[in-house]
Amino acid sequence: MNVIGSTTEALGYLVAAVCFILALKGLSSPKTARQGNWLGAAGALLACVVVFLAEDLDHMGPILVAIAIGTAVGVPAARRVAMTQMPQLVALFNGVGGAAAALVAGLELNAGAGSASTTAAIAGAFTVLVGAVSFSGSCVTFAKLQELMTTRPVVFPGGPVAFGASIVVAVGLAAGVVVDAREGDVNAGLLVLLGLVALAVGVLFVLPVGGADVPIVISLLNAFTGLTVAASGYVLDNTLLLVAGTLVGASGTILTRMMASAMGRSTVSILFGAFKGGSTAGSTEVSTRPVRSAGAEDVAILLAYAGKVVIVPGYGLAVAQAQHTIHELVDVLQEKGVQVVYGIHPVAGRMPGHMNVLLAEANVPYDQLKEMDEANSELPSTDVALVVGANDVVNPAAKTSPGSPIYGMPILDVDEAKAVVFLKRSMRPGFAGIENELLYDPKTTLLFGDAKDSLTKVVQSLKGL
Amino acid sequence: MTDGVTLLTFFVLSVFVGFEVVSKVSSVLHTPLMSGANAIHGVILVGAVIVTGHADGALAVTIGLVAVVLATVNMVGGFVVTDRMLEMFGRGRPDTRRKDDA
Repeated sequence: MNVIGSTTEALGYLVAAVCFILALKGLSSPKTARQGNWLGAAGALLACVVVFLAEDLDHMGPILVAIAIGTAVGVPAARRVAMTQMPQLVALFNGVGGAAAALVAGLELNAGAGSASTTAAIAGAFTVLVGAVSFSGSCVTFAKLQELMTTRPVVFPGGPVAFGASIVVAVGLAAGVVVDAREGDVNAGLLVLLGLVALAVGVLFVLPVGGADVPIVISLLNAFTGLTVAASGYVLDNTLLLVAGTLVGASGTILTRMMASAMGRSTVSILFGAFKGGSTAGSTEVSTRPVRSAGAEDVAILLAYAGKVVIVPGYGLAVAQAQHTIHELVDVLQEKGVQVVYGIHPVAGRMPGHMNVLLAEANVPYDQLKEMDEANSELPSTDVALVVGANDVVNPAAKTSPGSPIYGMPILDVDEAKAVVFLKRSMRPGFAGIENELLYDPKTTLLFGDAKDSLTKVVQSLKGL
Repeated sequence: MTDGVTLLTFFVLSVFVGFEVVSKVSSVLHTPLMSGANAIHGVILVGAVIVTGHADGALAVTIGLVAVVLATVNMVGGFVVTDRMLEMFGRGRPDTRRKDDA
């Protein structure tokens, strides 16, 4: 429309960039997180208004229709998704962002930025490559989290070789694109080929990652997409894209490292652990060894006469939508004078902090939620550890079995408690696909069934005591 | 045309700001923070709009429009889902206060 001049445009982008910085800052603290998110949204809205006012654009009608379609798809998806499935939705949103960046850079290169500098050409080729990797990688993480495919590491003979080869080919094609761009228009076929090979790189990159490590990969791909947005800012000579993308790339990298250290892993070992073959230990077979199972009444009695109970909630609790029932159970126990707290593993659920979101949804008060270190110091003096739908985060194999894929991950030491009660659907192993020795321990009692049904029965029995 | 060194300056300074703002975050907020950062890179919508607005030929315009749709999904959906997560944190608090008062 060209309504505003270039100075006003630059100022508008500056305000938007400041909004993004304050948004990330706000999101780092519980008190300011929600305002932070709104500030980010305001910055993004401002940026869109500025681009429409400042640029002389054709095809305005179709563009507005496309934005309306995107909104009509994105908002209901974000509103309706069950909180348990939220990690895969974030992965999907990240993937489509990467795809958009790749398409933008591809178009710009093809449109003959004949005047493009070598740096801009490299940035463009980088965006197409990494954007496509981010897209296909995110699609695979989505399929893993949605359990459309196995959550176990997918390793096949020649996998590492294929992965290495695909990277070499992709980088070679990207170099070809850069050379082309220096000479004028980039051949569309070459760009498409680069995109396709990059898609294969993304798939081969994520396939060998085990289910429990997928959240870290989402965070890493998020940082990748940030960098592609930054690079496309370079191609388009747009400072806002450069700044916003770099912010996300940098903060995403830090966040990935923080998540990895919360799981006691290095990022490198997560990404390439499976290639070494170490990540495939453990068995999918259901063992036939004897376990001690009990009824809801027995569990109710055990809990009612305990002095101190630590509840360890896991993803199974969320799947059964049992957050409210467990809150009720805690209320009943507290009325009986039992001291109850929740022990929250940093990666309980599917992502770091996921369990806190799920329990907050059920209005569980903050002060009952104990982080892992605090819970671990209480467990030796605990009478009953009640593990609801969790498995990997209490699996002693993380401490005792060096061959295990979760070896080295900090766990909640429920084996320190005087008695352990597992509420489980079946003997099926956890998300990481490994067996839990604690299930066969003499002090362990198992109550089989859907977490919500089991908890409801326990609550009823407790009320009758 | 902004020159290359200026853009490089922006890039380097942004890296430091990005590192700095998230250096101390409790693990409780890792998920919303990741989701919020994810929404912010949806600003690629600006790039998609610029490229589409300057595109010639039906194929280029169509690809551009696809990019616009995808970027919008990333940005709008990202902010909405982050807000939903954080809304739940907010609801936990009044409940705590009521219990303390009682």
